[in-house]
Amino acid sequence: MKKNGFLASLKNGVFDNNPTLVQLLGMCPTLAVTTSLTNAVGMGAAATAVLICSNMIISLCRKFIPRQVRIAAYIVIISGFVTAVELLMKAFFFDLYGALGLFIPLIVVNCIILARAEAFASKNPVLPSIFDGLSMGLGFTFALCLIAFFRELLGAGTLFGFPVLGSWYNPAIIFILPSGAFLTLGFIIAGVQKIRNTRQEKARSAQNDREEETA
Amino acid sequence: MSFTQVLLLMFGVILVENFIFSKFYGCCPFLGVSDKPSTALGMGMAVTFVMTLSGAVTWLVYYLVLVPLGLEYLKTVSFILIIAALVQFIEMFLRKFVPALYSALGIYLPLITTNCAVLGCALVNIQEGFNFIVSVCYSFAAAIGFALAIVVFAGVRARMEFSDPPKAFKGFPLTLVAAGLLAMAFSGFSGMSF
Repeated sequence: MKKNGFLASLKNGVFDNNPTLVQLLGMCPTLAVTTSLTNAVGMGAAATAVLICSNMIISLCRKFIPRQVRIAAYIVIISGFVTAVELLMKAFFFDLYGALGLFIPLIVVNCIILARAEAFASKNPVLPSIFDGLSMGLGFTFALCLIAFFRELLGAGTLFGFPVLGSWYNPAIIFILPSGAFLTLGFIIAGVQKIRNTRQEKARSAQNDREEETA
Repeated sequence: MSFTQVLLLMFGVILVENFIFSKFYGCCPFLGVSDKPSTALGMGMAVTFVMTLSGAVTWLVYYLVLVPLGLEYLKTVSFILIIAALVQFIEMFLRKFVPALYSALGIYLPLITTNCAVLGCALVNIQEGFNFIVSVCYSFAAAIGFALAIVVFAGVRARMEFSDPPKAFKGFPLTLVAAGLLAMAFSGFSGMSF
């Protein structure tokens, strides 16, 4: 039962309710750090770590935090973990720390983390909150990697820094530039909407068939 | 830093290194509250107000409190708290003393706490080692750049309302594509780097 619940939460976080591609939260880091897959994985891992820890602590403290000051309390908890992650990255992954720059401290104002604290961790026990943090974090990482895959492949002809497209490919630098970020994300979300539309139509026609049968 | 250098820095952060189109700070409100030019203007003004003030206050707190105490690593935590408190304070002050401005900016103020442009700008001021005057000028100019971007984009979106895109592109994806095209236009300024 528990394992099942975890799998459902994982599927919900990564696909059905993906924080970036479906809920459209946390756009700034999504657009900014997806110039390469390495940065995307680094950012995703940092945000996931913060999300798991903050969800855990907020869920533990949910009975003590007064409702009126809850947002401020959440922000303090989140920014504490962000500072910890920032210092750890500076110590152990200095190149990544340099590449992500200001976007590591800016995890504090990432709406995904505050949204999960408010919508999930403040109402649920500890274990489900940790699972929720993990699945939402993985969903965020998945979305970042998907965008970075296209941007790095088309914009530089490489993946994780390794050339994959051979010398015949003339990189379209526009995909690395800021405008490429908006365009790539726009097309990916359009794809997601397309899939959801077809699914909804399928569900509707199935329902219609069933109604006709009963009639 | 001479006066000309400060002016060039301000000009640069409005057009060349626009916070939204080249650094992606503050994309959430940029994409979220840009559906009408009037709301975009309100948001832009509110951000300008808060960002300039927070630029000044965070600089003072960093150099007068955190540095003497050796607590530089707490800057993220303290800055976000300062910004949240400042937004609350401005909201109360405006409601009490300038009701006209409050009714124009009021609903956008709470949104600003989670606007990463404000925190980002405060952190850039520290990172670049600006002095107090330059910090305030830089914050003000960055906010003007933000306001310019969001108002221009709202104008574009108002025109788009009557278009008939493919069903999958309706709504958010189309907004992103338009933002991409606008970013392309703004990247034309990058030849003017100083």
